Amino acid sequence: MTPILQARGIVKRYGHVTAIDGADFDLEAGEVLAVVGDNGAGKSSLINVLSGAVLPDAGEVLLAGSPVHFKSPHDARLAGIETVYQDLAVAPAMDIASNLYLGREIRRPGWRGKVLRQLDIRAMRQRAQKQLDELGITTLQSITQSVENLSGGQRQSVAVARAAAFGSKVVIMDEPTAALGVRESAQVLELIGTIRDRGIPVVLISHNMPHVFQIADRIHIHRLGKRAAVVSPREHTMNDVVAIMTGATELAA
Amino acid sequence: MDTAFRNPAIGPLAALLLAVAVFTVTTDTFMSVDNVSLILQQSVVIGTLALGQTLIILTRGIDLANGAIMVLGALVVAQLATGAGVPQGIALLAGFAVCGGLGLLAGGAVSRLSLPPFIVTLGFLTVLQAASRLHTRETVLVEEGPLTFLAQGGYLFGQFQVTVGVALVLITVAVLHFALTRTSWGRHVYAVGNDAKAAMRCGINVNRVLLSVYLLAGLLYALAAWQAFGRSPATSPNAFPTANLDTITAVVIGGTSLFGGRGGVIGSYLGALIVLVLQSGLTQAGIDPLYQQIATGILVILAVALDQFTRRSTR
Repeated sequence: MTPILQARGIVKRYGHVTAIDGADFDLEAGEVLAVVGDNGAGKSSLINVLSGAVLPDAGEVLLAGSPVHFKSPHDARLAGIETVYQDLAVAPAMDIASNLYLGREIRRPGWRGKVLRQLDIRAMRQRAQKQLDELGITTLQSITQSVENLSGGQRQSVAVARAAAFGSKVVIMDEPTAALGVRESAQVLELIGTIRDRGIPVVLISHNMPHVFQIADRIHIHRLGKRAAVVSPREHTMNDVVAIMTGATELAA
Repeated sequence: MDTAFRNPAIGPLAALLLAVAVFTVTTDTFMSVDNVSLILQQSVVIGTLALGQTLIILTRGIDLANGAIMVLGALVVAQLATGAGVPQGIALLAGFAVCGGLGLLAGGAVSRLSLPPFIVTLGFLTVLQAASRLHTRETVLVEEGPLTFLAQGGYLFGQFQVTVGVALVLITVAVLHFALTRTSWGRHVYAVGNDAKAAMRCGINVNRVLLSVYLLAGLLYALAAWQAFGRSPATSPNAFPTANLDTITAVVIGGTSLFGGRGGVIGSYLGALIVLVLQSGLTQAGIDPLYQQIATGILVILAVALDQFTRRSTR
């Protein structure tokens, strides 16, 4: 079966620094693929290429087998690839529903939407609530709370819900549990599982090996700007993964 | 409801009503139809300028040049209409083009060149003030016509005079309030002011939002120039020298955060009214005008302190 999202021979240089050195990437349908690597291994650059934030110098990205050329994150979103950034990309003074629909607001039907361009605030709230319910997010009391009044984990679930609502092909998450406590991390990991169970593959960038081993189906190990290996958490231990990450062990990619 | 625009006008409205109540009780002359009608008429120019200032401050900017843009626009209009004999309506349109163009230019510098709004508009202020004086050093008088149309008006409830200008400023506030709170464009303005990077990642074209805001502000400054003709047919390059600070005062008293992303236009107009009510009431009470200035200054600091306090308490 064709992988949903692929990258072939991606190269990205910043001046003299080669951030990505001919990297490959494969995301299969219905899986959670963890991307791990040491700081500076080029994980973020690779993810930025996949999410349209960075244009590669060479190589190609394929979505469901067809080449795509994202010039901005907006292009990637239109293609159904949603990214949850580490800083979440939310507007703190705006409420949960407004944040879920930020940049793709729903207009009222009829002349009020067409002529006055009036928003359908009620529809956005109802759909946002439905979305949260479907994802089993119960930690948010009211859809009309401002995001700045939420805890870190609640903010994370807003960003994840937004990605899940609009990511029709792929959801990419950059260190979603980095800033969270134990209980909140568990909730986010559960959400990742829920998204996968709904048939959307998830790319999870993480430094947290226990979290990676808990949720990932496969682990993409990045080293020195390339894919060093892809391993299964069932056949390899955390020590194996760390060894490949740091170059202590080599494994055919 | 979003804290961005959750009843942002309640505080200033309460302050305004309180000031009105105090002056009604303490002076005999404040609460008269003439005085209230006068305060409303006095509010139209700074009130309209404050609306443009609000839009820019909502995007985490600031405009030091709004008065200078308005004055240059007004001079161009007045000279076209008097010296060059252009029909007043056409001259007015030229004023909108000049002010809108200057707004667009400032917006371009802020968005495309990523320059700080404070510096861009400080430069605009300096250049435009000099340009206005190079243009003319005299006071230009326009004749009655479309330019002074906003001075027209009628009497409501007996002696209560309402000019077209007052009605227009209220309509402008209402239209902008709708656009800010009920359209995508408005939400994008708030989002840019909240966190421009996050807005960009949500697919919002941040540069285009900024350009639209500065362009709209420029057009509002042209509208303010028209309002000024309604107040007085005389235009001078030295008019409204403190419009920038007066509008920032109105915006801040009106509850809009100088840190962007929170507030609204209704509050700013109420803020402009509060300053005028204070001035008028303290004058009626026979208090030295310098104390009015002190009162306004204290109010600004209180308003900013309140903003800081509420921001901190929601964290």
